[in-house]
Amino acid sequence: MPTFVRTEKCDGCKGQDKTACMYICPHDLMKLDKDGSETGHAMKAYNQEPEQCWECYSCVKICPQQAIEARHYADIVPLGGSVQPLRGSDSIMWTIKFRNGTLKRFKFPIRTTPEGSIDPYGGKPEADLAKIEEPGFFNQENGYRTGDPSELIKV
Amino acid sequence: MAGEFGNPEVVEEEVDILLIGGGMACCGAAYEVMRWAEGTDLKIRLVDKAAMDRSGAVAMGLSAINTYIGPDQDPADYTRMVSNDLMGITRDDLAYDVGRHVDESVHLFEEWGLPIWKTDENGERFDGSKGMTPLKDGGKPVRSGKWQIMINGESYKWIVAEAAKKALGTDNIQERIFIVKLVNDKNDSNRVAGAVGFSTREDKVFVYKAKAILLAAGGCVNIFRPRSVGEGTGRAWYPVWNAGSTYAMAAEAGAEMTLMENRFVPTRFKDGYGPVGAWFLLFKSKATNATGEVYMDRNKEMLDDYPPYGQAAVPASCLRNHLMLKEMKEGRGPIWMDTVSALAALRETLTPREVKHLEAEAWEDFLDMCIGQCGIWVGENIEPEKKNSELMPTEPYLLGSHSGCCGIWVSGPTDVGAPTDEAYSEGIPEHLPKGWNWGYRAMTTVTGLWTAGDGVGASGHKFSSGSHAEGRMAAKAMVKYCLDHKDLKPELDTSVEDLVAEIYQPVRNYMEHKDYSTAIDINPHYITPKMLQFRLQKIMDEYVAGVATYYTTNAHMMEVAGEKIDMLKEDAQKMRAKDLHELLRAWENYHRIITAEAHLKHIEFRQESRYPGFYYRMDKNFVDEENWKCFVNSVYDKETQKWTCFKRAHVDLVDKSKLFK
Repeated sequence: MPTFVRTEKCDGCKGQDKTACMYICPHDLMKLDKDGSETGHAMKAYNQEPEQCWECYSCVKICPQQAIEARHYADIVPLGGSVQPLRGSDSIMWTIKFRNGTLKRFKFPIRTTPEGSIDPYGGKPEADLAKIEEPGFFNQENGYRTGDPSELIKV
Repeated sequence: MAGEFGNPEVVEEEVDILLIGGGMACCGAAYEVMRWAEGTDLKIRLVDKAAMDRSGAVAMGLSAINTYIGPDQDPADYTRMVSNDLMGITRDDLAYDVGRHVDESVHLFEEWGLPIWKTDENGERFDGSKGMTPLKDGGKPVRSGKWQIMINGESYKWIVAEAAKKALGTDNIQERIFIVKLVNDKNDSNRVAGAVGFSTREDKVFVYKAKAILLAAGGCVNIFRPRSVGEGTGRAWYPVWNAGSTYAMAAEAGAEMTLMENRFVPTRFKDGYGPVGAWFLLFKSKATNATGEVYMDRNKEMLDDYPPYGQAAVPASCLRNHLMLKEMKEGRGPIWMDTVSALAALRETLTPREVKHLEAEAWEDFLDMCIGQCGIWVGENIEPEKKNSELMPTEPYLLGSHSGCCGIWVSGPTDVGAPTDEAYSEGIPEHLPKGWNWGYRAMTTVTGLWTAGDGVGASGHKFSSGSHAEGRMAAKAMVKYCLDHKDLKPELDTSVEDLVAEIYQPVRNYMEHKDYSTAIDINPHYITPKMLQFRLQKIMDEYVAGVATYYTTNAHMMEVAGEKIDMLKEDAQKMRAKDLHELLRAWENYHRIITAEAHLKHIEFRQESRYPGFYYRMDKNFVDEENWKCFVNSVYDKETQKWTCFKRAHVDLVDKSKLFK
């Protein structure tokens, strides 16, 4: 389903140079129509190439106005359903509406640490340059699997 | 000085290490490289055509980590599985090295905040938010298969990117820059000296010089006509933005490619391409023909046509397709995933709490990594406990990290018994190395050029975690290389002026000719990137074993395809770009053409059908173990635009017979 932007909800990320959806789209699909010349809606974002949309929902999840939804691929899917997330800091809520009106809600965890809290090298050893040509990484997280040497038939 | 459309500003930079791509492999490289480079003054830069938070194949998220060895399995077991699934021709040295390193990355993901499902002492399963013992301290993951573990992975890439970005520092990262071409060294044509690309946000061309370059920009999608050609074109199984850039740029720089004949044709939920792994492995669902017969049972004897690969406990992926295609071709479709029976059976064995979670788990499997499949379910009123879903084999994909193994030939580890000489000598160009290791780990045959993830050929089944680990291995070797070559001064073999002119050619094509006709898209002087892509897809689909011919081809069809691709390559010089977005598409499609041509040339060279179910050469419709259990490798000459294909010997480094005991 290509994503689409709700005219009444999009605020063009308040006139900043680029919108959140433009920032995040992995396929460069979202575009801010600054003067309205392309959509008739000035300072609103739109999906400029809907047939290239992977439906990854990156724009839907990041939009601060919750202005982006998806209308499932028109060449495949009957109309009327919707799958809409609300992504929080530690979980995501999904509201799923079927064509026949059936409604389901799910909530799943997305991360166990606060966003922005990763300390990549905190408490980790420095790299030992003497070992740069040996197998293994600069640190050991109890995950290096040495393997049974007898399995290597040419060694 | 700000550039303008058609006259871009040129930014020249010199770094020691350039990372091209922002997916799992480059995030792994970024994390590892900065630690080894501490105190060395090495200048490191990462460029991504998208935003690292959501770039690469894991952008949407994942519901499982498909490669986790765990403390109870041996890297050799993993190596055997990889080999058999890819019909016996993989590099054991590369797979083994991934196998012994990969869990290190998984343990970091969990530390950084990725929720990983666990089972308690009674075998009951819990989601990853319950604070149970981490994997590194002996926590028990939920296995959905021998190698896979379940996660709550909506933010998988976001988390991995956060660690990579913090490690690198924002000053060393440039997003929305699409690298389109590597540049060889003026003083050594087999060395890489830099890379060029452009911003998709402002009129700027970037010219980088670098001693060491990691090219890890994903696999290749949309070279074959997809089954959905309207809006659904975007619903590719693998990410639609993977344009073969890794393969095309490496080939043009002279890197030796391997197994480019390999492809992956995943069987997935029809149209949405939702994952089937959890349904088969976790929910124990069966796939049937129209009348409810399980085709893996019905057609079981067909597996004996391909010894030994069909006779392992888990037959090779392509052979599972082979058995399903028989049903489709003989008119016993549609193929169904029997979700109704599977969920009913599970309800009988699980605790009430688990039953409650079962429905959520089934939905999360899609919501974490393939939301579009949920879109189809809601649109068609499919509740999996009430109504079964169709399965369908997709259009072909080229990749090296999932269940495929095309890619670039790289230097492997030296301590696992890999050959250091070459049994075949015929046809191998003299400048190429002998044996499987020639110095720096993960370096290609082009000095100074590395790859990881989808870029590394002959070593599939790495998936997200293995790609991250491979990036880390490459990073170490790149630091070592830079320290060994402190005085090296890369010099570009092409002038900056010529490079800029080449990159902006599609813009010039547009500017010069746009007023010739009144309709912007119909003009005899240029072709839109979109139409060029349609032409490529039509050629590949109809002549090179796409869905139009049930994945069949022959030498005559490929000869026709070759002629058409030659003309397509000529016309690629006439692609137009009416804005920066279209310039991005123009270069992506150029990369697709080179990748598609490699695929064609390799299938032509290999005189057998090594991957039944993925493609069939109907003029050579057999597996020929005696003559073709070998690598097909190639090099591309960018001056003559011709490919040279040749054989390299295959050697087993672990005993494969254990698979059949």
